Amino acid sequence: MSQDEYRRLLPGHADFTVPEDQSPQQVNGSHPLNGRRPRPGGGEPLGTVDVWDRRVASGLAFLRRRLTGAYEVDDFGFDVDLTDSVFYPLLNVLYRDWFRTEVLGIENVPDTGGGLLVGNHSGTLALDAMMLSVALRDQHPSDRHLRLLGADLVFRVPVLSELARKAGATVACNPDAERLMSTGELVGVFPEGFKGIGKRYADRYKLQRFGRGGFVSAALRTGTPIIPVAIVGAEEIYPMLADLKPLARLLGVPYFPVTPTFPWLGPLGLVPLPSKWLIQFCTPIPTAHLTEYADDPMVVYNLADQVRETIQATLHTLLEKRPDPFGR
Amino acid sequence: MVTSPHSEPAESPVPRVVIVTGVSRFLGARVAARLAADDRIDRVIGLDPRDPPIGLAGLLDGVELIQADARAASSAIADFGAEAVVHLAVTSAPDPHAGGRAAMKEQNVIGTMQLLAAAQGAGRLRKLVVRSSTAAYGASFKDPAVFTEDTEPRAVPRGSFARDILDIEGYVRGFRRRRPEVSATVLRFAPFISAGAETTLTRYFAQPVVPTVWGRDARLQFVHVDDALEILHRSVVEDHPGTFNVAGAGVLVLSQAVRRAGRISVPLLEGTLSSVAAIARNVGVGQIGLDQIDLFVHGRVVDTARLVEEFGFTPRTTEEAFDDFVRAHANRASLTVDRLAAAEKAILDGIRRVRATAAVTAGSDES
Repeated sequence: MSQDEYRRLLPGHADFTVPEDQSPQQVNGSHPLNGRRPRPGGGEPLGTVDVWDRRVASGLAFLRRRLTGAYEVDDFGFDVDLTDSVFYPLLNVLYRDWFRTEVLGIENVPDTGGGLLVGNHSGTLALDAMMLSVALRDQHPSDRHLRLLGADLVFRVPVLSELARKAGATVACNPDAERLMSTGELVGVFPEGFKGIGKRYADRYKLQRFGRGGFVSAALRTGTPIIPVAIVGAEEIYPMLADLKPLARLLGVPYFPVTPTFPWLGPLGLVPLPSKWLIQFCTPIPTAHLTEYADDPMVVYNLADQVRETIQATLHTLLEKRPDPFGR
Repeated sequence: MVTSPHSEPAESPVPRVVIVTGVSRFLGARVAARLAADDRIDRVIGLDPRDPPIGLAGLLDGVELIQADARAASSAIADFGAEAVVHLAVTSAPDPHAGGRAAMKEQNVIGTMQLLAAAQGAGRLRKLVVRSSTAAYGASFKDPAVFTEDTEPRAVPRGSFARDILDIEGYVRGFRRRRPEVSATVLRFAPFISAGAETTLTRYFAQPVVPTVWGRDARLQFVHVDDALEILHRSVVEDHPGTFNVAGAGVLVLSQAVRRAGRISVPLLEGTLSSVAAIARNVGVGQIGLDQIDLFVHGRVVDTARLVEEFGFTPRTTEEAFDDFVRAHANRASLTVDRLAAAEKAILDGIRRVRATAAVTAGSDES
């Protein structure tokens, strides 16, 4: 039996097909719809209610809630009130006006129940993870929150760790991933990790190694569908020309980027370049029938490989749709 | 083992002679009093090297007090024919008036070792209940967000209490190996809180200005003292071998807890807070140690599903337990809910008035 035949026989590889080219359904972005997706509740006649009075009142009520501690935080430290009132509106400016993000295949994300979103990671700073959360919040009919899994480095840094926790992120480890998925949350993971965001501009849209596939075994153990996600656009926001490894080692960070604007322009170099973003959610890969294979390295590796191939293939089709990285 | 039929009521798990250690302290005295009030238990013997303070002495009417340390425990356990030992003589913070850290370690580690050695030789012993703490999970940045009873600590914690807890649990593991027929219950308690409880953390939240760690907002859990007493009582009179997390469901983050208590937080760099806390400890004010700083940096949340299932009892949530504390300590709060609500109303009315005036002026200008 050849290697290929053997691998096809194993579960987790049987129904693997690269998703066919779906006709793009543009759901937002500036040019096709020539405007914004109407938000529910935004269509009231303006003359009858005093908009500013309502805004001031809700702003003050928010401040009072924060100052008295009258809000809920879940076991992971996720602060829905703060995320929806502060983080998403801020990130939405980047998402909508700066990156002109278009989202495809949002119907592949389930309305209820758990899901593991696996994406490609790029862009020196992990803006793609945040944009993915905003995309889900903005486009999904049931306004779902994405619970990101981050490297423990994120949780070592003061301030950053707490921002991450309040936005719903937690440490990338199997107990946390399984707990989130078994409580029906959408979990977002970027298996490339620092290898993905820390790669040079010359290697853009080339998926890096996927590690040991711990994310697959977590999904298998909880029977959660895996939804591959391809994100195009993040590679161009901070094109990394070189990586100053000795400086990185000195500072204790995984890489030290040199981009056309950083570190030359100082803090101005932190402004991302306005590339055009496309986010595609691919067809979910069901795992409920594979629960007993969670500890089988071959099944786990095959599934991880399948996810990786799907993302890579989708990246190529998306790139064809977007010939100019900085176009409209 | 040959025993007369009435001496071993196999159908009832309730032990008739119970030894409680640490009865000169808040928790020990209350547990001993509760067990003494239970008619099914004939004798409750309190073991403590110190006399209970006057405030607690009233509670201990039905308890036979023996002024002895754990070294004398072996004779006590054998002499009284104890069927259950409840080990609560675990100190969570060094007391500068009673020997400091050395005495704390003596009591926690050496005390537990000797008590368990004595218990190991006691033939009639059927039950052991040990107070532990969620500090047993250590503190590491790689920790999962929620600990289950099976989570192993990834790093040895810096705090002295947490290190003692690890030692104590180690001795209990050894005891379980040597006396597998004794039902051993280890209860990992979250920090205690209630209207009247006096612990390092309740004193911390009772200050008008509360120091915190800059850039960190730890997730905290509390357990109400009354619920802890209920769990301890049930683990003596019922049979629940194993290790259990005891905490109120839900989470308060530190900044949220400080605000709910109406206090003002002062964020300090971790290093600064450590040194300020060390100086304050030496002067004798405040008891913030590395245990608390580890907690404030890492936070600690546990899963209580096993407890709820095994005991059939759900402790009140962290939020409810903390509310009980806040109600009792409202007197020194500066930012209260009422004041903030009043301020909100005043500002909103002010803005409305200004806008109304502006609209009237603009209207009169046009006409």
